[in-house]
Amino acid sequence: MQTVGRPTQPQAVSSIPETLTGARGLLQDEVLIFELGGWDKTGVDLAKPELDASDLGDLVRTEPIGLPGLSEPETLRHYVRLSQKNHAIDLALYPLGSCTMKHNPRLNEKVARLPGFADVHPLQPQSTVQGAIAVMDQVAHWLKTLTGMAAVALSPKAGAHGELCGLLAIRAAHVARGDARKRVLVPTSAHGTNPATAAFVGYAVEEIAQTEDGRVDLADLEAKLGPDVAAIMVTNPNTCGLFERDIIEIARLTHAAGAYFYCDGANFNAIVGRVRPADLGVDAMHINLHKTFSTPHGGGGPGAGPVVLSEALAPFAPAPWIVTGLDGYTLDENPDGAFGRMCAFHGQMGMFVRALAYMKSHGADGLRQVAEDAVLNANYIKARLSPLMSSAFSGPCMHEALFTDAWLEGSGITTLDFAKAMIDEGFHPMTMYFPLVVHGAMLIEPTETESRIELDRFCDAVLRLALAARAGDADRFKGAPFHAPLRRLDETRAARNPVLKWTPASAG
Amino acid sequence: MRYLPLTPTDRTEMLAVIGASSVDDLFVDVPAAARRSGLVDLPMHEGEMEVEHDLRLLAAQNRAGWQGPFFCGAGAYRHHVPASVDHIIQRSEFLTSYTPYQPEIAQGTLQYLFEFQTQVAALTGMDVANASMYDGSTAAAEAVMMATRVTRRKKAVLSGGVHPHYVGTIHTMASVAGVDVVAQAFAVDGEAAVIAAIDADTACVVVQTPNVFGTATDVTKIAEAAQAAGALLVVVVTEVVSLGLLKSPGSMGADIVVAEGQSIGNALNFGGPYVGLFATREKYVRQMPGRLCGETVDADGRRGFVLTLSTREQHIRRDKATSNICTNSGLCALAFTIHMSLLGEKGLRQLAALNHSKARQLATALGQIPGVEILTPRFFNEFAIRLPHAAQGVVEALVRMGIIGGVPFSRIGAGMDNVLLVAATETTSEKDITLFARDLKGALTQFNADTNGEAA
Ligand SMILES: Cc1ncc(COP(=O)(O)O)c(C=O)c1O
Repeated sequence: MQTVGRPTQPQAVSSIPETLTGARGLLQDEVLIFELGGWDKTGVDLAKPELDASDLGDLVRTEPIGLPGLSEPETLRHYVRLSQKNHAIDLALYPLGSCTMKHNPRLNEKVARLPGFADVHPLQPQSTVQGAIAVMDQVAHWLKTLTGMAAVALSPKAGAHGELCGLLAIRAAHVARGDARKRVLVPTSAHGTNPATAAFVGYAVEEIAQTEDGRVDLADLEAKLGPDVAAIMVTNPNTCGLFERDIIEIARLTHAAGAYFYCDGANFNAIVGRVRPADLGVDAMHINLHKTFSTPHGGGGPGAGPVVLSEALAPFAPAPWIVTGLDGYTLDENPDGAFGRMCAFHGQMGMFVRALAYMKSHGADGLRQVAEDAVLNANYIKARLSPLMSSAFSGPCMHEALFTDAWLEGSGITTLDFAKAMIDEGFHPMTMYFPLVVHGAMLIEPTETESRIELDRFCDAVLRLALAARAGDADRFKGAPFHAPLRRLDETRAARNPVLKWTPASAG
Repeated sequence: MRYLPLTPTDRTEMLAVIGASSVDDLFVDVPAAARRSGLVDLPMHEGEMEVEHDLRLLAAQNRAGWQGPFFCGAGAYRHHVPASVDHIIQRSEFLTSYTPYQPEIAQGTLQYLFEFQTQVAALTGMDVANASMYDGSTAAAEAVMMATRVTRRKKAVLSGGVHPHYVGTIHTMASVAGVDVVAQAFAVDGEAAVIAAIDADTACVVVQTPNVFGTATDVTKIAEAAQAAGALLVVVVTEVVSLGLLKSPGSMGADIVVAEGQSIGNALNFGGPYVGLFATREKYVRQMPGRLCGETVDADGRRGFVLTLSTREQHIRRDKATSNICTNSGLCALAFTIHMSLLGEKGLRQLAALNHSKARQLATALGQIPGVEILTPRFFNEFAIRLPHAAQGVVEALVRMGIIGGVPFSRIGAGMDNVLLVAATETTSEKDITLFARDLKGALTQFNADTNGEAA
């Protein structure tokens, strides 16, 4: 049809029909790669091998593997279609408390891909990787200066791996003085990785109670500390978004009992440049480079979890150690005293490059501003939402604002329903039901990279939803989301009858 | 500051809404003794152009793989990654999303994880695979821990062919949990001796194929012996491309397969980030570490995917969890799955055959050099050679000739100072091989002359 010169005119219809294909405008209904028919197809062009595999005899794989292939254009389409079903920071505020979903600068992606970093082998001669070791050394210098700590183990691959590293150093320190210990104390509000890590290292985990105002209960801590306690694992700022006011006393009591203070530094973003963990009495703390230092979360990873260590724990740090000499750097891959190694090679180099670019971009001045703006943004959200929603604790918060579901009582709407309705309004839900210490927790962390306009857009949306909830508009919540790529999914069915891969039989 | 959107006016107005007079008011809970008023002793912020320049200078101090003949392997391999892989993983929707805990707005991530799990299960020949671990070495340590849970035994036997860094990682993690880690002496045919060490206390036997010396082994007999003793067989694969040519560990009877997936889709990156593959049999699925993605339906009956069986995981089970892992290697898994989709079975088999052929050509060239002995009997794309001199010094001499000539075994393990590990891939050209053989021969002649001179 010739449409030039014929402007379209919207017409009202009485009902909206379902599409015939399952697509919805720009949103394609995309099947699995196994259903695209590419069983004899490939998207690469490779040279013919000169020699065959006759030398391998019956080691050769003869049965079909079961891997479909796609040409390059099909591959692009498949994954671009999938990508459009994801929420992302680049799309809208991503208020997941405890996750620090901040902007990921693209310069960092660019420099991490320079061949001098990306196309370098971990075991090529050290004289050929002086720049790579220099990056590690500079990252170490920034982290040590920002935390005031004596040393840093760079190799842990994520926060939980860092926790493991910290507890292994603590264990090694106790073993070295002939004082093996059995228990680790963890507050009830802690992230699940803390008790899981302590148990992995073979410690019995005991919970520390929390006060009315969301902090470690000193009396309970004191009562539980004893000669068999190896460490406490305390998150600061904690998972309620609060600074532990008594932290110096917590450290003093811990040290007096011969135990070490492991600090979960997942929330370092709130205090970077303003508070040095060393000044609080911390012995070991992991830093999630994928939170505070903005390496991308990538849909679940990779991250990096370097661990800063006090003077007392530094001698036990895992391999490798960076050694600076007259003729450059060396990586000591088998240092005396190290408790072992956390992984093959030297850690998440790609993340070190990104984090270094981030730190240099902000500088001492910008990093302090990061903490201030992160805290300011969270308090702004707290102030704007508190009139309608129940804030869990009074007083200022740090980088995240915690609400309970008390304000929803009697509405029949749960925290989960509320979160799913946020999806319809274009926002990713906040962290739900964590920390476990308050009822129906909603934990909101905006980060410093949100503008005033986006914060207001978010607060306005949440407040309008809150009014709808209070007005008893339950339908809006119970069935939500209505406008996402999919409606609510049946997680019970997935767990009861696990289907964890595609099989020819399951093709429907 | 280009990454910080708030203006001074915004800050003032927001403080007024909050009812605070300055941002310091918001930090009142910080003990006075720990409040820092000044800036830390670090450089001030820099513009994008300056930071890029600084990092380019650092990158320029490294010798990149493309710059000349390159033969390193030993757990990390230099392969060609199609440009579209890196393009797709940099899309905002993949790069800047979180773990898919809200499935309605994370189907993109969840569907590729389901595809990834299916590909990994097919490659390894196993029933189920998880949504990735940090890397191959930590996956290997997790496999040992899982075997102790399944068998309720506390001893792990490691063959002499397992990568020394993997042995170290397993040792670090498992020994604190009270597992007795029995690592056999490193040997080119290390898998051969492992059966003798299996006993009634053994939770698992860990073998590697191709092993750190490149030796490919049929582990069927080891699987039978392990299972007869009530132990599990854990098979480690550090070069996942090999599975396009060699029998799958699953077909040889493995109970758990762990692999380093870096070779597919991911650059060398000086050792990380990489992607750990973890696969096992259906009956052990509830003992697995890490995230699992499963199929289900939404409220309208449409197919969709969710994270599932999470009662194994730390955020639900806390100190009873099967592992403490949380953040994994999602984006590297995406790179893997895109590259694998581009290859398909056809491309993967061609790629594997080409790698093997290049390594055979390399072995032929190096085997002709006087004093060089090829040690590995059956290899995929990597093998060990014995030199008449310490490999470390030879490799350093080769660097001066512009060649990255492999990994001296002494770099990763004790003993065998004269053993050099060399790898070839599809990126290795015939010219690279010719230059390497010529210069290795030259370097050895020089070393021979020097030693004879000293002896005289
Ligand atoms: C408070 C806290 N601790 C520890 C972790 C674990 O860090 P990672 O996911 O990097 O292993 C997280 C991450 O979600 C966290 O929020």
